[in-house]
Amino acid sequence: MRPFTYERARTAAEAAVAARRPHAKFIAGGTNLLDLMKLQIETPTHLIDVNGLGLDRIEPTADGGLRIGALVRNTELAADERVRRDYAVLSRALLAGASAQLRNKATTAGNLLQRTRCPYFYDTAQPCNKRQPGAGCAAIGGVTRQLAVIGASEACIATHPSDMAVALRALDAVVETVKADGATRSIAIAEFHRLPGDTPQVETTLEASEFITGVILPPPLGGRHFYRKVRDRASYAFALVAVAAVVQRDGTGRVALGGVAHRPWRVEAAEATLPRGAKPTMAGILDGARPSHDNAFKLTLAERALASILAEARAEP
Amino acid sequence: MTASGHHSISRRALVAGTAAGTAPIHGEAGAQSVSAPHGTPGSPEATTAQISLRVNGQSRNLALDPRTTLLDALREHLRLTGSKKGCDHGQCGACTVIVEGRRIYSCLTLAVMHDGDAVTTIEGIGRPGHLHPMQAAFVSHDGYQCGYCTPGQVCASVAMLDEIRAGVPSHVTADLMAPPQVTAEEIRERMSGNICRCGAYSNIVDAIVEVAGRPG
Ligand SMILES: Cc1cc2nc3c(=O)[nH]c(=O)nc-3n(C[C@H](O)[C@H](O)[C@H](O)COP(=O)(O)OP(=O)(O)OC[C@H]3O[C@@H](n4cnc5c(N)ncnc54)[C@H](O)[C@@H]3O)c2cc1C
Ligand code: SF4
Ligand code: FES
Ligand code: FES
Repeated sequence: MRPFTYERARTAAEAAVAARRPHAKFIAGGTNLLDLMKLQIETPTHLIDVNGLGLDRIEPTADGGLRIGALVRNTELAADERVRRDYAVLSRALLAGASAQLRNKATTAGNLLQRTRCPYFYDTAQPCNKRQPGAGCAAIGGVTRQLAVIGASEACIATHPSDMAVALRALDAVVETVKADGATRSIAIAEFHRLPGDTPQVETTLEASEFITGVILPPPLGGRHFYRKVRDRASYAFALVAVAAVVQRDGTGRVALGGVAHRPWRVEAAEATLPRGAKPTMAGILDGARPSHDNAFKLTLAERALASILAEARAEP
Repeated sequence: MTASGHHSISRRALVAGTAAGTAPIHGEAGAQSVSAPHGTPGSPEATTAQISLRVNGQSRNLALDPRTTLLDALREHLRLTGSKKGCDHGQCGACTVIVEGRRIYSCLTLAVMHDGDAVTTIEGIGRPGHLHPMQAAFVSHDGYQCGYCTPGQVCASVAMLDEIRAGVPSHVTADLMAPPQVTAEEIRERMSGNICRCGAYSNIVDAIVEVAGRPG
């Protein structure tokens, strides 16, 4: 790890001001940042510990939704009774991610901002545009089994690894932030994560030093909630493909995918065909996909995962 | 952060950090700051943070480079070598300890982030002659071969049973609205963050089932 200075912020505004310092980073659970700092993939020279800020509560909003504090741990969020009852897709996605020890530490904001698990991003001996803009991408033409099948670019074919973010995309969550000048804003989850384009190092629409204070869930959607994650082992592994779905009694609903793109992947227009089944719906969601030989199986996997969800949704009252 | 954390960052560390060429931190709403050597080539100054941990019931004061993980603080500074370093990257569970009642990986957190916290390591779970029931069950069920993963497995399983009692669901909990049950399937899923390279898994599950089945 490179040397750094360390401070504890006491308010969100204070944290955002402190982060104006060059090469400063917030640290929350630390489970992604410290991993990357040990590998010198992240090299902040100043850490702002935000664990003392509060922001660890889940509160009702005026319109019947929930406000999740940025520092709420993944375990608390998954176990919250209101989330289990009204936003089960979110509980399920969280519980499918990482391990209990990691979920006990990982925070809502940190989970959203976790970086890709592209093996070439992790291997500092390989060129990677995300790690070192302009260096090239070792993954293109390399082993692409885990990598993106849609929305990728000539610069980067990485996927976003978060399970939680896929559920938040299906739920149309909103990210709330504060900037160093004190201005606050709300960013729809659909606008939060970026496609790689020619700047894969820029992963979200957050500005430098902008601090996430919380995530808003709109009022409950009802329906039945599913999160199907397919991975190389039964637990404690990242998704090859994940499907988050909320299915209503009449067969309509919402679908978001993980493991296929640089951000949680949802195509609202394709959801109109959901009552007609998985095949046409997934064809719409993955329209324009450009898989490699190694990861074309993800298209089949996504369709079958959705088919299994729809079968379960129909089977029970 | 705890109230005690307030005063425990030494003034010396703060001043040394500033002297070593870091940007001054005053004017930033009084946030507390500690410094590590900061890019000054050849700077011999190892600046430290003063922290206090409550480890296995005892208060321990430490002067640490902010880069020190909780695992290294326990093993290298407090000589509590029961907690093991397997991967150092959150992938194996050998470093599992219980902090403020919750199991975490001590390799993926900084010691300075835990000023004032209560930490339980395997040394605090039980001792020879006074084994915790979970330790005794691991012995009687042969829940290990080489033993390297065992301290982490025991800490994780003790805290895991508390999570079930507290109603925390898991990936395999069928009904999210019903209290979770202590089944072998639940235990396997909830212990998936602890890898055993010797493959003692089935005996580990037997040991945990035995302890979970006991009243109280
Ligand atoms: C072995 C392993 C397996 C895993 N498996 C999975 C998995 O299957 N599914 C999954 O989804 N995840 C998985 N994870 C990733 C895990 O979920 C993330 O590491 C975790 O969610 C990150 O949260 P954190 O609070 O620890 O973030 P940190 O590491 O503290 O921070 C991450 C980033 O967010 C920034 N940040 C933190 N808080 C804020 C804020 N409030 N405002 C602005 N910026 C902020 C930090 O500066 C940093 O850049 C796994 C991790 C490991 C190590
Ligand atoms: S796919 Fe993206 S993250 Fe992976 S090596 Fe290429 S540029 Fe880097
Ligand atoms: S040493 Fe911490 S998880 Fe492996
Ligand atoms: S007993 Fe050897 S790794 Fe588990």
